[in-house]
Amino acid sequence: MSASDVRSGRSASASRQRSGVSLGVLGLEVRRILRNRRTLLFTVGLPVIFFLLFGLNTSYASLKAGHGNVSAFIMISMALYGAVLATTGGGAVVSLERAAGWSRQLRVTPLSPLAYIAIKMLAALVLGLVAVLAVYAAGILTHKPAMPVSLWLATGAAVWVGSLLFTACGLCLGYLLPSENVMQVMSFVLVLLAFGGGLFIPLSQFPAVVQTLAHYTPLYGLNQLVHWPLIGGRLHAAWVANTAIWLVVFVGGASWLFRRDTARV
Amino acid sequence: MSRTALRPDVPAVRLEDVAKTFGVVKAVDGISLTIQPGEIVAFLGPNGAGKTTTIDMLLGLQSPTRGSVALYELPPQRAVHQGLVAAVMQSGGLLRDLTVRETVQYIAYLFPGHRPIEEILQRTGLEALASRPVYKCSGGEQQRLRFALALLPDPALLILDEPTQGMDVAGRKAFWAAIREEATQGRTVLFATHYLEEADAYADRIVMMRAGRVVADGSAAAVKSQASGRTIRATWPGASPDALSALRGVDSAEVQGATIIIRSRDTDAVARHLLTRTPAHDLEITSNGLDEAFLALTGDEPAEPALLKGATP
Repeated sequence: MSASDVRSGRSASASRQRSGVSLGVLGLEVRRILRNRRTLLFTVGLPVIFFLLFGLNTSYASLKAGHGNVSAFIMISMALYGAVLATTGGGAVVSLERAAGWSRQLRVTPLSPLAYIAIKMLAALVLGLVAVLAVYAAGILTHKPAMPVSLWLATGAAVWVGSLLFTACGLCLGYLLPSENVMQVMSFVLVLLAFGGGLFIPLSQFPAVVQTLAHYTPLYGLNQLVHWPLIGGRLHAAWVANTAIWLVVFVGGASWLFRRDTARV
Repeated sequence: MSRTALRPDVPAVRLEDVAKTFGVVKAVDGISLTIQPGEIVAFLGPNGAGKTTTIDMLLGLQSPTRGSVALYELPPQRAVHQGLVAAVMQSGGLLRDLTVRETVQYIAYLFPGHRPIEEILQRTGLEALASRPVYKCSGGEQQRLRFALALLPDPALLILDEPTQGMDVAGRKAFWAAIREEATQGRTVLFATHYLEEADAYADRIVMMRAGRVVADGSAAAVKSQASGRTIRATWPGASPDALSALRGVDSAEVQGATIIIRSRDTDAVARHLLTRTPAHDLEITSNGLDEAFLALTGDEPAEPALLKGATP
């Protein structure tokens, strides 16, 4: 076997590896997330607790909301909150691992920085799914939320897929903030955004100025969209525009920051 | 098997006039170096000599401002991706929440055709620690884990940046024994260190760096003899450094005002010549210990030499 044989043999397997996302690594990343008790408590536990506190008022079960009741409406909001916590955290953690020098370690492997980020996103989506399922399970067990089965599936799927928008948001926050307090700042920002999106309190309860401003915040459009299957009626272009614009902002920002970051190693 | 199949006439490392500048700082200032397969080479020099920057360029983590870098005639990044080259990096981090085995498994997933994990754990003495989380490992144990990660792709060239940092004496010994064993299998090893003894004991060849340049390059014995020897100081107004350097047995000579400073391995002959054939007087001979010699070659005599053009010898 000559040197070039060895090289081309290695090169073929290396490029095969580079083209795809390693399932083994994804499995390990998912395992890391699921055994982190703090992450589970904040991303899965907290939205469930919020749902139990805010969504079970007896009058909500009898109050109609679109094709279901108010309890179902609140359940969807809390599931969105949990899923967004999961995906934002999954994005932000990339910068933490960069600070720890792990991404430097990975730079001397065939894993490309982009594939690494894809793996982190997918792992965050698994956590997001767990968060959505946990809130919906709490809904089922308490018998309060009511809507057609198809809407349980439709809203659940919409929340899960929609939360992907926030992985890019998390990446931006991670690259912009110092790694020591990125998680705290992220939690704070997400609480504000959740209020702005109307996840915790209906926007109609806020002063007019705040309501107007809230319509431009990143969770507003997404929150309206995931509730749309339940509420029905007209699909507002403003919701789609809000989501699309923030998608461009987050993905554009994340890829710019990512490129700046990987150039620096 | 793969590494022995690499053609022996293809150099493992080839640096040609490589320089790296950060702003005004010349971290590496024109290095040319060829390392043949099977060599064990030490990069020896004080902190800030440019060792880590050179290693970063070898691994494709930094691109040189000038010059060319090739590993097995390939661009560094390709050689790294093919597993031909692996490194224990000074700043390479580990994930605190993974166990030792999971960390090895993680990197193993990324290298198809990696060495068996159990063999690697055994080779690096990590078997007993396999299920320990990384955050509970000592600095030396973490360093061994980094070493294990570097062995996984079965690299032909192993690059180690200050590999024994954070290890106790016993750990150091065991670590070098493991490196030796890897080297006897035909692996090329390049390590950076600022410990003279380490370079002396474990390298076939020492490349001494200072202020971004190579100041000595040769077998450990040759560099040691170049570095050892004695220094003669004498007063000789108007002496010519070129004439002094041309004297038999003189390794280096400089003139500072009326004082001449000569480094030599045969100071007796030089002193006899100076006292009998030249106007030199007030002779003073001092002996250089190994450590002083190291300082003499790599020391920081002029302030900020990296910033001064031509300040290095």
